[in-house]
Formats: sequence, C-alpha cells, structure tokens
Amino acid sequence: MKFTTTRSRRARWAAVAATAVLALSACGSAGEDSSGDDDVDVSSNAASSFEDGTRMKELAEAGTVKIGVKFDQPGVGFKAAGSKTPTGFDPEMGKVIAGKLGISPDKIEWVETISDNREPFLQKGTVDFVLASYSITDERRQVVGQAGPYYVTGQSLLVAADDDSIKGPEDLKGKKVCSVTGSTSIKTVEEEFGAQPAGFDTYSECVEQLKNGSVDAVTTDGAILLGYAAEAPDQLKVVGEPFSEERYGIGYSKDSPELCEFLNDTLTESFDGGEWKKAFDATLGKSGNEAPETPTLDPCS
Amino acid sequence: MDALTDNLDLILKGFLETLKLLLSSGLLALALGTLIGVFRLSPVPILRGVAVAYVTIFRNTPLLVLILLTYYGLPQLGIDFGFFWNITLAMGFYTASFVSEAIRSGVNGIPLGQAEAARSIGMPFGMTMTQVLLPQAFRLVVPPLASVFIALTKNTSLAAGFGIAEATFRLKGLLNDHATERVTIFVGIAIGYIIIVELISFGAHLFERKYAVTR
Repeated sequence: MKFTTTRSRRARWAAVAATAVLALSACGSAGEDSSGDDDVDVSSNAASSFEDGTRMKELAEAGTVKIGVKFDQPGVGFKAAGSKTPTGFDPEMGKVIAGKLGISPDKIEWVETISDNREPFLQKGTVDFVLASYSITDERRQVVGQAGPYYVTGQSLLVAADDDSIKGPEDLKGKKVCSVTGSTSIKTVEEEFGAQPAGFDTYSECVEQLKNGSVDAVTTDGAILLGYAAEAPDQLKVVGEPFSEERYGIGYSKDSPELCEFLNDTLTESFDGGEWKKAFDATLGKSGNEAPETPTLDPCS
Repeated sequence: MDALTDNLDLILKGFLETLKLLLSSGLLALALGTLIGVFRLSPVPILRGVAVAYVTIFRNTPLLVLILLTYYGLPQLGIDFGFFWNITLAMGFYTASFVSEAIRSGVNGIPLGQAEAARSIGMPFGMTMTQVLLPQAFRLVVPPLASVFIALTKNTSLAAGFGIAEATFRLKGLLNDHATERVTIFVGIAIGYIIIVELISFGAHLFERKYAVTR
C-alpha cells in the first residue's frame, strides 16, 4: 500500500516535470516563430566581411545592437502596452540594418528615445543607432552623424473631423496647436503662422487633448499624423499640404565615421532590393498611402 | 551664446509665462492656505476636520498626480477651464496645503496670552484672528513662506509638458534646435530661475527687516 502511494506520487511529479518541459519548449519555439515572421535577410558570418577595427566589425562580433526608436508614433515607431518589440517603419529599417551586421531581429535591443535625448544617447553610447523620426539638420550633424535620408515627409496638421475652420497652416493664427515640447514643428507653427503653442510630452497626449477639444490642431510630420488619423478616422483628419520638408536620417556616433558608408550602402541595397518598400508597405503604407520614390542619399563627407 | 542671444525674445516670453503661472497659483495658494490655516485653528470641530483632511490629501499627493487629475480627470466630469487655469488650480491647491501649515505654525508661535487677552476683552474668534493673531503670524512666517514660494517657482516647470509655453518649454525647444550649445542653454535658463528665486528671497528679507516682531 505504502509502496504504491510513493509510486503514484513519483508519477505525479514526473507528469509535472513533463508539463514544465513542454511549456518551456513551447516558449522556445514561439520565440523562433516570431523572429522567422520578420522576414529580414540576416547575413551569415557578417563579421568577416568588415575590416578590423571598424564599429561594424565590433557590433557584428558582439552579435547584438542597441537601436533607439520612438515608442509613441503609430506607423513610425510604436510599442503597444504589453508588447515586447516596437512596430513601425523605423524598427523595420532597424532590422534591415541589423541584418546586414549579421544580427537577427530578436538580438536587437530596442531603446526608447524621445526627441530630447537622441543626441546624448548617441554620444554616450546608450544606443548604437537612432531611427526615431530623426530629421537631418546641419546643427545636429555637428554633434552626431546622420546617414540617409531614408524617408522624406513634411509637417502637416491633424484636426477634428468636423472642424472646417482649419484648412492649412495659414488658418492657424491664434489657434491652440499641440505638438511635443521642444519639437521643431511646434516652433514653426508659432513663429511662421502665429499659432499659440501647447506642448505635451508625447503625440498621444496631444491627440487626447485634440479629442477633448482643448487644442484646435496637432502638428508634426505627416507620417505620424496619418497613423493617428487611421486609428480614429471618424474623429480625426489630416488637412492641407505638407508645409516643410523633413528628411529622416539614421543617427550614429561621430566617433565611428566609418558607419556612414556602411549605412548608405545598406540603404541603397534596401532601396534596390525591395526591402525598403516592403518595410513601408507593412507599416506606413497601411493607411492607404503608396510607397513614395526612394529618396536620394546625402554623400558621406 | 548665439542660441541665447538670438532667442532672447522667446526666452523672455517663456519667463513671463512662468511668472504669470507663479503669480496666479501663488495668490490662490496664499488665499486658500490662509483660510485652511484659520479653519485648522478654529473652535468649530467640522472646520478643523475639513482643514486636516485638506492638508493630508494635498500635501501628501505628488504635484504631478494633481496636474494629471486636473488635465484628464476634471474634463471627464465636464469641468475644463483651459490649460492655464487647470494647472493654476493644481499648483494652487497643492501649495495651499504648505501655506496653511506655515500659517498655523506662525499662530502657534504667538504667546498664548495674546489670544487669551483678546478673548477676555470680548473679541469673537474671527476678530481675534484678523486683528491680533494673523497680522503677527504673517510676520513670523515670512521665511517658511518664502521657501514655499521658491519651491512653487521651480514646480511651475512641470507645466512645460502640459500645454504651457513657459521657460522650461523654451529650454526644451532651444535644446532641440541648437544641439551644439546645450550647456550654454541650460546655464542661461537656470540663471533666469535663479533671478526669480533671488527676488523672492530678497523681498522676504526686506519684509522681515521692516516688520520684524520685536519681543
């Protein structure tokens, strides 16, 4: 009697152990599946193709890369609550670059960069690359490297769907216009069109205030606004023509100027090889936009 | 230095907004705080209870939480005064709890005999407060009140993330546009805040010297 009890207890433990093993292996295969879905070419033994002493070689040998992206811009760089990886055009392009270094998407460490900390993060090495709706400017190029552009967009306006008073930036005089505190967009509408600036920390909060009626419009790059309009088409709409040109570049540290050639080559390959268009169609293209012409890259100096 | 000198108009505009915010929420805090402080000392138990509850709630809640409540909570209830007054409300109510405690400590610092003397000649509570205790209490609490308003000055920077184009908002804008002059910009804006804070402490110092309570 006693013997059988022990035995059945042992059997029960075995069953528990087996379940645990199954559960663990299920987790493992789920992880592999998700990285397989991403459909990005990962170069095998990439490290050998780079010269010694270059940053590319270091990254390829380390097998991991830290990429700074936005977490709050649907379609561009967005991380849903509870999700582990961000989605959007910028992360997709990040995967392409990592793939060229022989790093698979699950080895990328995604770091949230907000507009304010993009330069400090690159300078301190908190991130290796920044793909975060990061417009190329001469000022920025004095402190960090910016390769690209890989996408060209322009500042637009998002207003309530039933608002007919704002048709373009000329109608903004005296209106409350929301954008992220510190952004170039908010400065432009204030200085050039006489709008009253209302700054919040994220675009999502701006969109919230627009839905409340506390602000009259939200302004930033058209790509970002289209993402929000697509989420709530009966409440919000994008109006007018873009009134600036923003050229998104890939930020890298000035300490490794060799990265510029590498990034430009990678971008050219992705333009020609269709990876760029695929990344666009899977993200920004979902709002019904056609993939634009591929932009002309700035030469590395 | 170019980033500061070229954008001086924007920076001044920002500090003007900071001062407006400081003045509006400071006045609200002073009025409300004095009232709550008097409640706290009054002979009516309900008023004392209200005052204790007020101080406990507003002194122990982080200011940011109060701001979030006025920005996202009040509009849900159909109450929305616009960005400026919403944040004034949050900062005023928060600071009022500190003002009331300062006032209370001031009144407690006055010798008991004064209140007893006032009562013995037949003054009611309100008159004792306004004629005898508060005028002396205000003089006693100038240093702690100055500290409260200095803290408020710095707290107004939270408004940068809530639709107010004040000094910290301008700081962030400049940092984004002039990546090469980050340190200069930080120092420049900090000096602006230092000037405001120094003015408050200088004013408090003058007030203290002029109306010192002599014993």
